[in-house]
Amino acid sequence: MSRYLKVLRAGPAMTVQDEGRAGYLAFGLSRGGAVDSLALLEGAALLGQDPSHAALEMGGIGGEFEVSEEIRIALTGAPMRASIDGVNIQWNASHLIDAGARLSIGAATSGSYGYLHLGGGIAGKAVLGARSAHLAAGIGELVRDGDALPIGRDAQALAGQKITAEARFDGGSVRIVPSLQTEFFAPSEIARFETTAFKRDTRGNRMGVRIIPEGEGFKTEAGLSILSEVIVPGDVQVTGDGTPFVLLSECQTTGGYPRIGSVLPMDLPRVAQARAGATLQFKFLTLEEAVTLEQREAARRKTLRASVKPMIRNPHDIADLLSYQLISGATAGDDLEKDIS
Amino acid sequence: MKDLQDATWPKVKTAGFDGFLISFGDQLNEPANRAALAFRDALEQAGLAAVQETSTSLVSTYLRFDPLALDHATMRETLVALLKGRNWFDASLPRGRKLWRVPTVYGGDLAPQLEGAATAAGLTSAEAIASISSSRVRVQTIGFAPGMPYLGELPEAWNIPRQTSLNAQTPAGGLCVAIRQLVLFPVATPTGWRHIGQTAFRLFRPETDAPFVLRPGDEVMFEQTTPEALTQMQKDPDGGAVSEDIA
Repeated sequence: MSRYLKVLRAGPAMTVQDEGRAGYLAFGLSRGGAVDSLALLEGAALLGQDPSHAALEMGGIGGEFEVSEEIRIALTGAPMRASIDGVNIQWNASHLIDAGARLSIGAATSGSYGYLHLGGGIAGKAVLGARSAHLAAGIGELVRDGDALPIGRDAQALAGQKITAEARFDGGSVRIVPSLQTEFFAPSEIARFETTAFKRDTRGNRMGVRIIPEGEGFKTEAGLSILSEVIVPGDVQVTGDGTPFVLLSECQTTGGYPRIGSVLPMDLPRVAQARAGATLQFKFLTLEEAVTLEQREAARRKTLRASVKPMIRNPHDIADLLSYQLISGATAGDDLEKDIS
Repeated sequence: MKDLQDATWPKVKTAGFDGFLISFGDQLNEPANRAALAFRDALEQAGLAAVQETSTSLVSTYLRFDPLALDHATMRETLVALLKGRNWFDASLPRGRKLWRVPTVYGGDLAPQLEGAATAAGLTSAEAIASISSSRVRVQTIGFAPGMPYLGELPEAWNIPRQTSLNAQTPAGGLCVAIRQLVLFPVATPTGWRHIGQTAFRLFRPETDAPFVLRPGDEVMFEQTTPEALTQMQKDPDGGAVSEDIA
């Protein structure tokens, strides 16, 4: 293992994640993979590599890392405080790390899941075609202090790039389509579902998040006597006490509680990233409207790589500012101000 | 009971943004279970370009497709046309089925809810063990967790509800009962089903070339063994289980 990421300290919910393993639903194994699938695409765009590369998913807080040799990284998803050898670095950007330098990633400043991508991706053995940990299924493990994660070969060298991430870290409005059991709910309950504000509960993980309605829970005419039926990520399952759960990538494959609807795939990262206490609201769309939006989003995602721009460093973060040749090359003089944010 | 083959079934509904569910009933019954398995097989044979994955639940066939490549209305028409091809309720069970005999410890520390389940079913513990261990049950579907079978159907006495509160953690290999069905857990999991037996049978073996052991249509007998014998069987991934071909 010549290239590796040494994990000196791991946060409590750190796993290797990629796009998951599709094709095993018939055997009771859900696809799994990164709960914020857009973050994987953004990381891949920053590093100019394929989104199938595995990254580190960090729930709530990051960790301390070293690399065995110079390596490119990218940071996406929930913004976290990050530094290399004590010097702050930008989120939603790619960076170069020297062998032996210390990468520190702290707590998320908003959102739930941050991602550390590596040039060449996390290598190591694939299980059933993917490197994603699927803890509910007993595949893979949490990343722990002292782990050394092998890194694949990186064909490129470009770093110091940034991307504008789609805002999705503070809850907000989520679009939903009717699904196979929506009709079990009276129209008045569906209308109330749309006008209710929900708080993301503290109970939540990669399988799903509980959302607590303002006001009373939601009732179904079918009650709790329905047969267990296929369940998919995005489904909003209403449990016995009327409190909904939104299912995420690592959900079970069947469920016995009725589903009021299903969140659009493009809006699911917003649900996954909402922190405990964040407010979520739901708006029903027709499937036709949903297809139009997903088509537009698919087209936008194709342009992600083209949207990556060179980063202009904040002078506060440049430790050896005085050694820089600042006056060769005339500019409009506002380069640095453009990216102070 | 309503005629299973009346005009109500099958029903075609969308499932989430990118799926369809074709249901052959809303109650568990064997013709609907066979229909779901047979229709999934037909869908796989049809090799439709937009279809990305198929599976079955107890009485339904599920498919995931790409709605950006093919619109929902066209997908639905294709499914309805395929459904008209035959009477799915008289389909036979899949071929290549096996009978598994799985050594099981009933009750005691390893399976603490046998007594409660027996009481709920109106049986003594001995009667409950005799009833379950002599029942030849069939895998109706694989779902919830990887390789996890729903098995049925048990005698009417076992039409007992799930518990209202969940067991914090039932171990892998745990055999649990409710609503005339058995489930066998591949991984430790919280559950509302009552834990009546313990096996050493590994249902999910992700590190091997054959990660999933059971298939819908397979049959299983949970034959009683002792805790001492089960300890010996822990080393064997099959947990002492043996199989024979039945179809």
